[in-house]
Amino acid sequence: MFGKLTWQAIPFDQPIPMAASLFVTVGIFSVLGLVTWKGWWPYLWREWLTSVDHKRIGVMYVVLALVLLLRGFIDAIMMRSQQAVAAGGAQGYLPPEHYDQIFSAHGTIMIFFMAMPLMIGLMNFVVPLQIGARDVAFPVLNAISLWLTATGALLVNVSLVVGNFARTGWLAYPPLSELRFSPDVGVDYYLWALQISGVGTLLAGINMVTTILKLRAPGMSYMRMPVFCWTALCSNMLIIAAFPILTATFGMLLLDRYAGMHFFTNGGGGNMMLYINLIWAWGHPEVYILILPAFGVFSEVIATFSGKPLFGYRSMVGATLAICVLSFTVWLHHFFTMGAGADVNAFFGIMSMIIAVPTGVKVFNWLFTLYRGRIRYEPPVLWAIGFMVTFVIGGLTGVLLAVPPADFVLHNSVFLVAHFHNVIIGGVVFGGLAGVNYWFPKAFGFTLDRRLGALSFWCWLVGFYVAFMPLYALGLLGMTRRLQHYAVRAWQPYLIVAEVGALIILCGILAIIAQLVVSIRTREQRRDLSGDPWNGRTLEWSTASPPPAYNFAVLPTVTSLDAFWTMKESGVRAPAEHYEPIEVPANSANGFITAFFAVITGFSLIWHIWWLAILGLVCAALTLMAFGWIERHEIEVSAEELAAAERAHLRPEVS
Amino acid sequence: MSAQAAALDPGAQAAVHVHSGPAPVRIVVAYGFWIFLLSDIILFSALFASYAVLHGHTAGGPSGRELFELRHVGVETLSLLFSSYTCGLALYAAERRQLRAFYVCAALTFALGATFLALELQEFAGLIARGAGPSRSAFLSAFFSLVGLHGAHVTTGLLWLTFLVAQIAHRGPRDFVLRRLLCFSLFWHALDIIWVALLSLVYLMGAR
Repeated sequence: MFGKLTWQAIPFDQPIPMAASLFVTVGIFSVLGLVTWKGWWPYLWREWLTSVDHKRIGVMYVVLALVLLLRGFIDAIMMRSQQAVAAGGAQGYLPPEHYDQIFSAHGTIMIFFMAMPLMIGLMNFVVPLQIGARDVAFPVLNAISLWLTATGALLVNVSLVVGNFARTGWLAYPPLSELRFSPDVGVDYYLWALQISGVGTLLAGINMVTTILKLRAPGMSYMRMPVFCWTALCSNMLIIAAFPILTATFGMLLLDRYAGMHFFTNGGGGNMMLYINLIWAWGHPEVYILILPAFGVFSEVIATFSGKPLFGYRSMVGATLAICVLSFTVWLHHFFTMGAGADVNAFFGIMSMIIAVPTGVKVFNWLFTLYRGRIRYEPPVLWAIGFMVTFVIGGLTGVLLAVPPADFVLHNSVFLVAHFHNVIIGGVVFGGLAGVNYWFPKAFGFTLDRRLGALSFWCWLVGFYVAFMPLYALGLLGMTRRLQHYAVRAWQPYLIVAEVGALIILCGILAIIAQLVVSIRTREQRRDLSGDPWNGRTLEWSTASPPPAYNFAVLPTVTSLDAFWTMKESGVRAPAEHYEPIEVPANSANGFITAFFAVITGFSLIWHIWWLAILGLVCAALTLMAFGWIERHEIEVSAEELAAAERAHLRPEVS
Repeated sequence: MSAQAAALDPGAQAAVHVHSGPAPVRIVVAYGFWIFLLSDIILFSALFASYAVLHGHTAGGPSGRELFELRHVGVETLSLLFSSYTCGLALYAAERRQLRAFYVCAALTFALGATFLALELQEFAGLIARGAGPSRSAFLSAFFSLVGLHGAHVTTGLLWLTFLVAQIAHRGPRDFVLRRLLCFSLFWHALDIIWVALLSLVYLMGAR
């Protein structure tokens, strides 16, 4: 009746997982209880859960990312504490069984459920505003994407309470992830969570590319698109080209595990290196999926706060496109030690060095934009400058790893761990937080606290260096990654320093929370009525903050790059004489209900509860069909409402 | 549209380069669906690549030469390709509001698609009965998954077609239904393209 699911699935006998699951369960139920008690459900349902507005969906993606940043960070600090104490004969406080789940969950959550939603959320919020569109191409699909991503995140966290998570690392290499060596549900949680959220990501990518290519405002030719839109376009093209590979690869592993097939097994003619190739054919483009939008954020931030147009716009676009194409030609550098031979390794080594060139072009463009600019050191700029220093260091260690002989020495060491944290924290996380600080006033109509923003930046920056520089040294000393304990006592001091670094980053995270809380409480004093608090250059700053559901009362006509700057220069910012009514898409519960059934389906597939899986799948399909049966409803915003809203926005002193 | 206008009016040549604003819904929907189809083709590519790597890994079991019956596959191919032709006719009829012709063509499309699916299932059942099921060897895992994924797409297509016919019967050939029919038609043709690749790379090259 309930497949493999029994009471044994809940780890009553293990204190740490039990405490963690108790914490999560109590946390979730107290939030749900608070919402019920305060009577917020109708508001939440109407304004957020069923919203198809790209801005709301973007905000929800970012909230999801920040919540899972906390979960992933708890994993991180547990690992750092374990390694700080488990030296010599000591075993630390985490048994190997649990430690392995923690590093697997940390990687999975941070990439798929922190970094991805953070970037997708920013793109969702910003891109339609920057290209002068009223929404994305497929608003309901956008909601489905969000809720499927949330489904994956939920399943990963359910594994904390019911059953366990994968002990295979964040990419679940076979044969370890095959049924023979991982017979329990851990890998299944991993696979189904990522399959479901992967569908959401793919649909989000399709949506965004269609939006950028087909819904730009009149006059916005390609070479007038803000750089953030270019990077979003390339990032989403990479999603479309790479995520199906991930889906296929996980599909094959699932068939191995569920149907006794032999894609990647030891016996039956399986080939596990096929998995490694396929997963990295997705995995390398994935890192550019994450970093390209961050590059876009920095381009916007640096141009805005230097008060100058971006230096070398065309070369920036060219570099972005070059990275987009080249990202598919470097995947083998993740496993030079496979033994593909000198020629193959040399090719991928050289390609990996070449891809650093367009990135270098970008860094110089940012530097030349800053040069002789009147730089305002607001928090977004701090993140951007911290990024430029940190990311270059991470890029250089990456180029070092791209040299096959060096890689043979450093492969699988904590040098590698330090390298990719260097580029992902220094690049993606800094970029995401710069973007949150930069666009928060647009989303909510008030600015974030500046001093706490700066504090969070400095804690993150210092904490990052203290936490990861020792790992570079340890990698050179020969420490491999994913060690639950180690015999070499000489490593311990470095790992204690790394632990201190993690604690400093914790202060950075707490500062972000404090920044949000303080800013929300003092929002009346920090209201921005202009809609343009930073003296921005691109179209998102031309509309009110928060923007109305339809974004633009009249679609802007674009005559140049930095379209809003040109409008301000030429002084054409008056309410129009005449407004046409606008149709905005009505709310739809499609995404939320479909995802609800996706949770049921995913959970029952993990536990082999076949009848429930079929029921969930059928209900999800029926939901889609039922909503598909109805013609999409749209709400009309009348010309009078538009005129009133525009007058209030453009002449606040009059109204 | 702007290109046509510019061709008619030489004075507006420069206007070709000026972006004219958001595209109409029909274009946006079909364009988005095209991109989805590209991603779907990449999904298949990953399985094609796996098949290419694994097709010799028979683990002592039967190889494609012993298993594939080209006559059977030929009938499958013909029914699928003809179903695409009738699908095109169905779309054409629906867009011209010729409902009777639409129903006939849609029914033919469904019947041909179902024939294809029945033949495929028959082939699979035969293989499994001979002990050449998907868990016999890596080659057969890849074969069943690749061909089966295509079959799953055809099944989805048949359900989708049924849904669209019901919708047209209920609501008439409204614009939003016709846009979906256009997407379905693109989907059905894409399955043809994938099948042609499957036929060549799996069956024709494997049966030699």
